[in-house]
Amino acid sequence: MGLLSDLMEKIFPKNKPVDPKAAPGPVTVPEPAAVPKPAAVPEPGTVPESRPEAKPAVKPGDVKVEKKPEIIETEEKPVAEKITIGHVHMSGCTGCLVSLADNYEGLFTLLDNYADLNYCLTLADVRDIPKMDVALVEGSVCINDPHSVADIKKTRENATIVVALGSCAAYGNITRFSRGGQWNQPQHESYLPIGDLIDVDVYLPACPPSPESIKNVAVMAYLLLRGTDEQKELAAAYLKPLMDLAKRGTEACGCDLMFDVINQGLCMGCGTCVATCPVRAITMVYGKPNIDSDLCIKCGACYAQCPRSFFNFDVMNQFEAIGEAIDAAMGKGDE
Amino acid sequence: MVLGNYKNCVCARAADPAILSASQDGGIVTQLFAFALEEGIIDGAVVAGQGDEPYKPEPVVATTVAELMEARGTRYTICPNVSMIKEATRSYGLDKVGIVGTPCQIQAVRKAQLYPMGMRSVGSKVALAIGIFCMENFSYQGLEAMVEDLCNVKMESASKMDIGKGKFSVYTARGAVSQIPLKLTNKFEQPGCKVCLDYVANLADVSTGSVGSPDGWSTVFVRTKAGETLWGKAIEAGYFETQSIEDVKPGLGLVTKLATDKITKNQKNLDERASFGVGKGLRNPYI
Repeated sequence: MGLLSDLMEKIFPKNKPVDPKAAPGPVTVPEPAAVPKPAAVPEPGTVPESRPEAKPAVKPGDVKVEKKPEIIETEEKPVAEKITIGHVHMSGCTGCLVSLADNYEGLFTLLDNYADLNYCLTLADVRDIPKMDVALVEGSVCINDPHSVADIKKTRENATIVVALGSCAAYGNITRFSRGGQWNQPQHESYLPIGDLIDVDVYLPACPPSPESIKNVAVMAYLLLRGTDEQKELAAAYLKPLMDLAKRGTEACGCDLMFDVINQGLCMGCGTCVATCPVRAITMVYGKPNIDSDLCIKCGACYAQCPRSFFNFDVMNQFEAIGEAIDAAMGKGDE
Repeated sequence: MVLGNYKNCVCARAADPAILSASQDGGIVTQLFAFALEEGIIDGAVVAGQGDEPYKPEPVVATTVAELMEARGTRYTICPNVSMIKEATRSYGLDKVGIVGTPCQIQAVRKAQLYPMGMRSVGSKVALAIGIFCMENFSYQGLEAMVEDLCNVKMESASKMDIGKGKFSVYTARGAVSQIPLKLTNKFEQPGCKVCLDYVANLADVSTGSVGSPDGWSTVFVRTKAGETLWGKAIEAGYFETQSIEDVKPGLGLVTKLATDKITKNQKNLDERASFGVGKGLRNPYI
């Protein structure tokens, strides 16, 4: 039972006259023969229960609450088994979630065909962290806040794949600069990247990670969990460098370009880091990046985007085919 | 595989003599961008424009043919074109961006499309990526040393520089030519080039370079669907003169040989990096 449904009951009491137009809905819906698999969402009952409440405007006066889960099942498109994705909000600015939403119609395609958003404080009416296939965690963990610590632990328990969505989750990012003293929780001053408290499977750094990159990772996660053997192989190859990033550590800085690229004799001066930096802290000097550390917010985007941090030929050599496949999966022309 | 995937390969040069007058070889990049601009296939292109010092390029977003003409010719030093790719879609407001780059820069562009973490609304706007053949690149100071110290030519006096037939050549406006063998230039190669496994810009839409074709002509690989469509239109519109690559002198054999040489040498460098120290190695970006 979500917050919204409780509210609805208060706003629309049971004695409200039933709208005759809306009546046929629950009665006439046939059991669809087309639905390929019986257990659309084998996970907790909270999922179907909560979703009908998410669109109460359809028939707010409907008395038969128990029937609603059935309606939802019939409304769902007969697609292959979706994965469940949750968005877990730690201490961050919600920019990463906005970036996810900025896929615009692509987000709907994603939710129609590939993934159920079964947890998301901002967009879905579910209060407790449910079981999910993929947890997109935004923000770092405020260790002065017991709820946050409990939530990140529960996320690890309940999610098959934990993705650090954005630089706060991956590296701390701007929350590294916190000194506390903000109203209305001035005692909240210590923030850790989620990787300092739990094992993280995939990093998707940048502030925020672009809508396209979140879309790509979501599609690849779907292929990894539900695809054919061939698709699984491709998805695994695609995600591997992002998994390696997760193993690399929880600290990032523009300095990574010095330590792990220039100092290692790998920089060839392409300028990718300059274009990537969200705060324009990087300029090219003597053909190599120069980092203004006063501006750097430690998001790690420059290093992750650098072609000499990782470059997997097995994936990159198929760039055209992969790009077309993702476009096709997303219904093409959704950009 | 050393030449990457390609749909066809030809020997070509620009049909416009104005482009050829100051192009490095066949004027392919300038002519193809000019055609794409005129056809509305791109709104502008990131190219190596004139910088503050002679032969020191800096990336510019060219939105007119005149700006493209300014950027003709090869400068053998680093020009961080990818640094302008996002800016082209922001300050310049371009929806269809062209970019020219060395193989490593084209790799960066493809990574920015497949893993676009920090490249919001950039990947889908790259309409044309032209790659140029590249054996190695030099820092500006390295190039200065080669030209001024070894070739005895002031940078501002040089009218053209070229690498070919085993030599680095500097030409002056007054007709002098200085040449040094590439053995002497090797030590100025920037370190990042020593691990590069791409000679002919395998990931570009269209890649081009002088190797394999006669003087004044360029070898062109057409690689992707976008590249094939554009190239077909340009040929149809008469923007290029072409010859069959089988009929021209050094031909694909030389391209294959040089590509194999580069990749073999740099793969060896990569292997050696793995055991560079005592029980410690250097990082390999490809794993």
